[in-house]
Amino acid sequence: MESLEEIKARAELAVPGARIEIILNPSPAQQPSLLLDNAHAPAVARFLRDDPALRLDHCSNVTGVDWLERTISKKVKVKTVVEGEEKEIDETQVESFPGYLEAVYHLYSMTLKHGPVIIRLRTADRGDGARLPSLTTIYRSAEFQEREIYDLYGIHFEGHPDLRRILMWDEFTDHPMRKDYREPDDYEYEPTPHDDVLEKAKQHSQPRPSIDGAESITPA
Amino acid sequence: MSEGVDEGLRSELQKQGIWVTSTQELYNWSRRNSIWPLQFGLACCAIEMIATAASKYDLARFGGEVFRPSPRQADLMIVAGTVTKKMAPQIVRLYNQMPDPKYVISMGACAISGGPFKQGYNVLKGVDRFIPVDVYIPGCPPRPEALLHAFMELQRKIDGQKLTGAGKSDHLDASKPSEFPVPAFGAHDLEPPSNPDLFHPPEFQRS
Repeated sequence: MESLEEIKARAELAVPGARIEIILNPSPAQQPSLLLDNAHAPAVARFLRDDPALRLDHCSNVTGVDWLERTISKKVKVKTVVEGEEKEIDETQVESFPGYLEAVYHLYSMTLKHGPVIIRLRTADRGDGARLPSLTTIYRSAEFQEREIYDLYGIHFEGHPDLRRILMWDEFTDHPMRKDYREPDDYEYEPTPHDDVLEKAKQHSQPRPSIDGAESITPA
Repeated sequence: MSEGVDEGLRSELQKQGIWVTSTQELYNWSRRNSIWPLQFGLACCAIEMIATAASKYDLARFGGEVFRPSPRQADLMIVAGTVTKKMAPQIVRLYNQMPDPKYVISMGACAISGGPFKQGYNVLKGVDRFIPVDVYIPGCPPRPEALLHAFMELQRKIDGQKLTGAGKSDHLDASKPSEFPVPAFGAHDLEPPSNPDLFHPPEFQRS
């Protein structure tokens, strides 16, 4: 199979106006992916499916990713003039990235036996702008998985034939796989709480009463 | 054992070929030897339940082989597996549709407490939040022997149930409920999350 750069170049030629970006993956998997712009995503996906050299006719997996709003602070040396002298001063620059949601599609070719080519779609934000074009018309196998993403991440797939919740009940209003989801507070006593459960246990139990001051002694 | 007849006298009479019994004893004996379970499984525990019913472990030895596809014909509900919050109203509805006397075996860690999924947002932390449970079997999943043990425990419980008097069986007591409210699907959780008349969360007392 040709490289991602070649696929990107040919797809941009085939679909005028399409903007494709190669997203590198720094994790041990080292699996780069193609980020498509939402307006041209169906056309690019159709090209990937129908192109005789690619024939990516099988969408094996669709999944969601939640990227919270994040800030990265970097220390940068900045030259400034202090009392007539030029000095290098450390300055922290804070760079903030807005949050968004992603849908990731893993495409394979059954006919040519190659793959995967991974494509990503990004929403504008995590609120009202959490909308993406549906690829169900191109890959029928994406139908239930897009429903699952709608259910658990809250991405609205425009053009999906039957966008309903698939795992949770229809009356449910939350999206449990979002990183800021908080489940209902129904903690019950646990004999050996740990990690997240320990945090819940602390909120629900009274601190140990002070009896003889022994608890204030710190171990050496 | 029948009340009112002396154990020694009963034994003596039996030696002479006279068998003394009581309505209660006869009723419970026949009841406990033909418990018809409701045929449904929720997760991997159901596989063990199926194995229990099949020839190797043979639930038929205890009279429980007639798995019924309708709650109207069932005496026993074996809750075999994880009860998700989406499934819980259906479980309660099936329980309500079963005729009295009815019994529930809570099979495996999930049906008892939610098991490994207890802290999940979508799993009920034990089926006893909505329906009364007679026998709990721990295990993940419990072996068929454990289910047979639970079945025998249930038979022992049925044997001890009284037909009259103050401590009579719940199904003969009109003041005891035989149906329980079906929880509704709420915006964040089931409403109510548990039946307050039935379930009281364990409280931890620090000494």
